Amino acid sequence: MSSIAQKKGFGATLWDYLTTVDHKKIAILYLITGGLFFVIGGIEAMVIRIQLAQPDSDFVSAGLFNQMITMHGTTMIFLAAMPLLLGFMNAVMPLQIGARDVAFPFLNSLGFWLFFFGGIFLNLSWFMGGAPDAGWTSYASLALASPGHGIDFYTLGLLISGFGTLIGGINFLVTIINMRAPGMTYMRMPLFTWTTFVASALILFAFPPLTVGMVFMMVDRMFDGNFFDHTMGGNTIIWEHLFWIFGHPEVYILILPAFGIFSEIFATFSRKRLFGYSAMVFATVLIGFLGFMVWAHHMFTVGLGPTANAIFSVATMAIAVPTGVKIFNWLLTIWGGSIKFTVAMIYAVAFIPTFTAGGVTGIMLASAPLDYQLHDSYFVVAHFHYVIVGGVVLGLLAGLHYYWPLMFNTMLSEALGKWTFWLFFIGFHLTFFIQHFLGLLGMPRRVFTFGANQGWDLYNLISSIGAIGMALGVAVLVVNIIRTIVKNEKVGRDPWGDGRTLEWAVPQPVPFYNFKQTPLVRGLDTFWIEKQEGNKEGMTYAEPVGDIHMPNNSFIPVVISFGLFVAAFGALYNGEQPWAVPVLILGLVITFGAMIVRSLKDDHGYHVHKEDLMDEKGGKH
Amino acid sequence: MMKGIKKWRLFSLLTALMVILSGCGEKHLSTLNPAGQVGRDQLDLMLLSTGIMVLVIIVVLIVYVLAIVKFRRSKVGEDVIPKQVEGSHKLELIWTVVPIILLLILAVPTVVKTFDFADVSGMETVNEEGNKTAVTVNVEANLYWWEFEYPDLGIVTSQELVVPTQEKVYFNLIAADVKHSFWIPAAGGKMDTNVDNLNQFYLTFDDASDGLEEGVFYGKCAELCGPSHALMDFKVKSLDRDDFDAWVVKMQDSGAEQAVEGDVAQQGQDIFNKSCITCHAVSGAGTAGSVGPNLATFGDRNRVAGFMDHTEEDIKKWISNPKEYKPGNLMPQPEAINNGKKFTDQELTALTEYLMGLSVED
Repeated sequence: MSSIAQKKGFGATLWDYLTTVDHKKIAILYLITGGLFFVIGGIEAMVIRIQLAQPDSDFVSAGLFNQMITMHGTTMIFLAAMPLLLGFMNAVMPLQIGARDVAFPFLNSLGFWLFFFGGIFLNLSWFMGGAPDAGWTSYASLALASPGHGIDFYTLGLLISGFGTLIGGINFLVTIINMRAPGMTYMRMPLFTWTTFVASALILFAFPPLTVGMVFMMVDRMFDGNFFDHTMGGNTIIWEHLFWIFGHPEVYILILPAFGIFSEIFATFSRKRLFGYSAMVFATVLIGFLGFMVWAHHMFTVGLGPTANAIFSVATMAIAVPTGVKIFNWLLTIWGGSIKFTVAMIYAVAFIPTFTAGGVTGIMLASAPLDYQLHDSYFVVAHFHYVIVGGVVLGLLAGLHYYWPLMFNTMLSEALGKWTFWLFFIGFHLTFFIQHFLGLLGMPRRVFTFGANQGWDLYNLISSIGAIGMALGVAVLVVNIIRTIVKNEKVGRDPWGDGRTLEWAVPQPVPFYNFKQTPLVRGLDTFWIEKQEGNKEGMTYAEPVGDIHMPNNSFIPVVISFGLFVAAFGALYNGEQPWAVPVLILGLVITFGAMIVRSLKDDHGYHVHKEDLMDEKGGKH
Repeated sequence: MMKGIKKWRLFSLLTALMVILSGCGEKHLSTLNPAGQVGRDQLDLMLLSTGIMVLVIIVVLIVYVLAIVKFRRSKVGEDVIPKQVEGSHKLELIWTVVPIILLLILAVPTVVKTFDFADVSGMETVNEEGNKTAVTVNVEANLYWWEFEYPDLGIVTSQELVVPTQEKVYFNLIAADVKHSFWIPAAGGKMDTNVDNLNQFYLTFDDASDGLEEGVFYGKCAELCGPSHALMDFKVKSLDRDDFDAWVVKMQDSGAEQAVEGDVAQQGQDIFNKSCITCHAVSGAGTAGSVGPNLATFGDRNRVAGFMDHTEEDIKKWISNPKEYKPGNLMPQPEAINNGKKFTDQELTALTEYLMGLSVED
């Protein structure tokens, strides 16, 4: 089967990816789309830094600058970081628990295409009258006052892509609860699976408030609803609560899977079991739980009163404890190990001090009276970039190098990888470390320009120079990826030699049905156990070879998502264009029509027969 | 003995840190050069938290550097399989309890200060005659300008806040259009001006601001409020109580017909009364809520429109094209208030002359 797949023409491959329900291919789709949005968000970041390189600069206008910062934040969070993480979850998690696929392959595909069309819709705003310009937080009073359609693109785009993320989260939860291989108890799950599990639970609880907020905003803007209009009895602070009840867990939705990736990397390249596994699991769950208890620390200056501020201050500080537990457990994992500095490991090692720095500034911000000074200044900008770039993005880059052989059976160049690392890492610290001080020196965030001689000129220039380093690093990474694809040197199973968890036990290239026989899990780091016991085959299996039931590909997810994409244009131009309502109806007809087809048409999938499986080697091993 | 050395190290570290921090920034703008008790308390919290955090970072870094130096594969040997340690309850306990203690050290002053800074009960204190003892300022944030009303004194000004030194100055904060945030970095933390509700807090200023480079503290809008968010600056003048009282009296009197000196200024006043007075008041006596900034103290100010140089040239630039200099602001273009025509150079000169003459200071 896999050999046939490789000989397909371009059209057939495209059709294959448009209709695929295979978690491994959906992972690749997430990676490509997320990578593309990452580059777009990066370009927006460069525009911001060019504008701020000098005082009183007029590289971009004030209005365009606000669109840049809004789209930079929104793109990086919703359209780059989260999809890239969902990509890794898709690629790795089912293999890591020895499952055939995720629980609902069709929904998996639907989740991706909703995200895809939502993201495209949001970005089309650039060409259709201007992007959203009220910041990625889109605070209600400003968002309601914003002229043009930017904010409408924001609400509708994020609604569509948010459904996709929610569907993805539910899917992973069900998968992890129900589809673990025999023997894989909860306390034998690799940490990446654990973090995927907790992050998915956070998605389940965090996205509904965002959706509610977005719907309120949409109704306010399109039909003059009064949820946030204070002159009509509405209240703008409610938006802030809804946004941050989503927004703070969102930070953990991003960082926990990155923690998971790092945990796997530390163990693998130290040749050592993760130190304090159960404490790590407990810390992950605790962070997830506390993540919902602290949203108001984004709102200390809103005037919630001293009682609320004090409670949220202390609650926020409490999160530092499980996070510290994690840092020390990672340190003790590499302590006494045998550390191999692959590019993935270099990222992981660089992550520890970087993220610690981001964490401690988080503690400073957690102190409400101190936050009055730091809030909405460049100190905050520095803090969250230390956490999100120093944590999430380093995790994504580490994961890219680490899991590339698993996904593509080739390996990214280590030499070029090190170039990327150093350029990106030095560039990053140059860009953001100095911003702490800009904040302390009184520079507010989200300013499109600043007057000369306020003591900020040099620091801003240094920050902008650092950004060039980051951009160059990403450019080298792109070269690295293209080179690796062109060279196409196969590396086979367990390419790192020290793979510990189940995903490295699967033959390469990974058969579309994953493990031919469901493996038997005999402990934490099950593949490592088998290798240490000298198991030639690499795994012990829980069942004899038998027929495998597989789902059929389907084009319906694309159609459902496309329908919503069309409907969104109708909604956007409602009351302005005569074609708006027909287009809205047309889009909904497409979506619901596709849903009806899906519901009424029985699709039982197909079976891969035992005899065919016996003939096939399914990879190099 | 060892303990003494460790303490000494920590002390020297904190001192070094303080030198670095206090050496930074402009006196009129930096949070590291606090101008009053609120800012000072916040800086103390910053130093305390930074101290604790630097301690944590040092511990992490020591373990970290030792680990990556000692246990690299080239050192321990290619084929070594390390002992597969499960964990250690003792260590887990240590690194759970120690951070909790460190956080408590920070949490206690945090909670205390949170309540301190929110205590605005002094606002209502009255003396024997029933007059309020403290100065309260009603701050109304508008799209790209600030209005400061002193309700108990019957005066109103804009763009340049004037406060007495050596006492708590109370603020009632609200926004007229979209959310802004009121921040005087040197004096202390910010508070949002919401559209929905009144926020209250206080700040203090130790010394008169005339000792500063430009004689004023810088104030900023800290919440994204539209295209010209970055330009929504204001200035703060702190005066000793006597000077402040004198200023208040002058402001209260500025309602009386101001003597306009010279023909040019007189012409400027005529133009002003025809085109500008609908939105801009020129008397400091009054209440809040005007469409445009009050201009009673225009001649005394440090900036034009909050951010441009206070020169005749910039005033002319500003009046002839406000949209260009402050995108999205609500001041009409000259054509809209001058019968569809731009102001001539001569008219601009006259207006400038008149505006520069609006002053309550000597």
